[in-house]
Amino acid sequence: MNARGFAPHPAVRWAIGLVVIVLFAIPIVSMAEYTLRDATTGGHSLVHWFDLFDPAKAGTYRPIWTGLGNSLVLAVVTVAIVLLLLAPTMVLVELRFPKLKRPFEFLALLPISIPAIVLVVGLAPIYLVIGRTIGTGIWPLAFAYGVTVLPFAYRAIQAAIDATELRTLAEAARSLGAGWPAVLLQVFAPNLRTGLLAASLISVAVVLGEFTIASLLNRQNLQTALVVVGKQDPYASVILSLLALAFAFVLLVVIGRIGGGTPRARRTGRTARTAPAPTRPPKDQP
Amino acid sequence: MTVAAPAAPLVDAAGTEELPPPRRRVGSGAAAVLGLVPFAAYLLIFLALPTIVTVASGFVDADGSFTLSNVAALADPVIVQTFANSAWLSALTAAGGALIGALACYAMAGLPATGRTRRLVDAASGVLAQFGGVMLAFAFIATIGLQGLVTLTLKDRFGIDLFAEGAWIYALPGLILPYLFFQVPLMVITFMPAMGALRPQWAEANLTLGGTRTGFWRHIGIPVLAPSFLASLLLLFANAFSSYATAAALASQGSQIVPLQIRTALTSETLLGRENLAGALALGMIVVMAVTMSLYALVQRRAARWQR
Repeated sequence: MNARGFAPHPAVRWAIGLVVIVLFAIPIVSMAEYTLRDATTGGHSLVHWFDLFDPAKAGTYRPIWTGLGNSLVLAVVTVAIVLLLLAPTMVLVELRFPKLKRPFEFLALLPISIPAIVLVVGLAPIYLVIGRTIGTGIWPLAFAYGVTVLPFAYRAIQAAIDATELRTLAEAARSLGAGWPAVLLQVFAPNLRTGLLAASLISVAVVLGEFTIASLLNRQNLQTALVVVGKQDPYASVILSLLALAFAFVLLVVIGRIGGGTPRARRTGRTARTAPAPTRPPKDQP
Repeated sequence: MTVAAPAAPLVDAAGTEELPPPRRRVGSGAAAVLGLVPFAAYLLIFLALPTIVTVASGFVDADGSFTLSNVAALADPVIVQTFANSAWLSALTAAGGALIGALACYAMAGLPATGRTRRLVDAASGVLAQFGGVMLAFAFIATIGLQGLVTLTLKDRFGIDLFAEGAWIYALPGLILPYLFFQVPLMVITFMPAMGALRPQWAEANLTLGGTRTGFWRHIGIPVLAPSFLASLLLLFANAFSSYATAAALASQGSQIVPLQIRTALTSETLLGRENLAGALALGMIVVMAVTMSLYALVQRRAARWQR
């Protein structure tokens, strides 16, 4: 046995690692190869990548740009809901209603247990009313997305709150004469910035990948556009899927850096380091 | 003892949150409660109301009066088969994903959690676990689709026709590989912390007492990790069961699994001659999810014993 006791033999470690890496690389390599195919020569070229910006084919790809624009609007509004509605409420619960912390956590993690496809059945009549009153614009859909990102955003922000002495900070600021808006914006926000940033990035990642709700409520976003365009020109959809994958990877590396990189997160250790990264529901859900 | 006594309350004050803080006022009491209203209203409209509407719509007919006919439709052989398909697909990919994921975690056992390998694997798992949906469907169309790289390579180089028995990629079996693609990373994310709770001291103790490496896994490792493994397995099952987008993008026709059946019920006016069947199907899904997640919470509590 080696120093770490139960660690596998390096050969075993590498064998398993290589097999898993190869298995997961195959679809990604296939996507890359697929986008480079050139039907006219039978070989490989960048023709499908250039097609995306070809004015002659703009009509085919228009849904993608419309969808991307809609998805970006949704991402911005969803982040606004997280930062302006969820975060202040969590601070309020932490400071004034400690007894509500457990029920609040239960509610915040509940959407994990309710599949989007189930939620959409109940959302359909609600969005019918919204369509009549607020209009059929894309942005109200962000209200539904705020619920789907709730568990992830909650975890990221709560980890930052747990690592910060909010009460002490509030008392210090108040005794120096700061009003509550100043406490929230100039004292809490900077101290919770890692959690707020991680929550925002996760929300962006989830919103850009959302398909179920938009598709069944007949709204156009990036993912529904990929399906529509993919029926005529699968190459464009594969190219954009590949780009989205790369973008998501960069986002998550950034989230990982934020979580592990700041002095505060390093000092407080486990909770702060592991918590901002939960892109999926790891532990202790309802 | 007399020296220690005065120090004790100080420790308490630092260690618990229950003691009243010196100044706890955040505006007046009424204003603080008012501060909860916007978020409470938001959750009420966009979480509670849709859930209630979903459940209630399963019990309402086209004219809005109470009926049990929709729920009774859950016993229809077509619907039962759909639920069986969903359960079968979820169980299979959960088991496969859990085994492969646990092996990957085993391969990383003993590596420092802050090391480069672990960080890279964490980030990659995070992306791939999120990678469900439409984009995953396109990845597999490019891989094992009719014109996919693997399909063509097998056909041209080895003379193997993947689709000799029909285009199964667009049917139920075609979902297995794509689902594994997000199940394995989710397993790595959820199971790795449990693996990290194995202490090197236990292995040393085992060694000191004359145990072997196999003995360590048989008597210590596997019994300690079993509850976490089971919890992750349940989570993976729930994950696959509630997944919709990949299937929707791949299987454009037919409704082999429950989420696709809900799509059909929502988009076409009548299914099996009934209105509001979507509500009844959603109700069935909620029941399955509630049972799975309750079991998960139970097992997770047991598993948490070893992870401080």
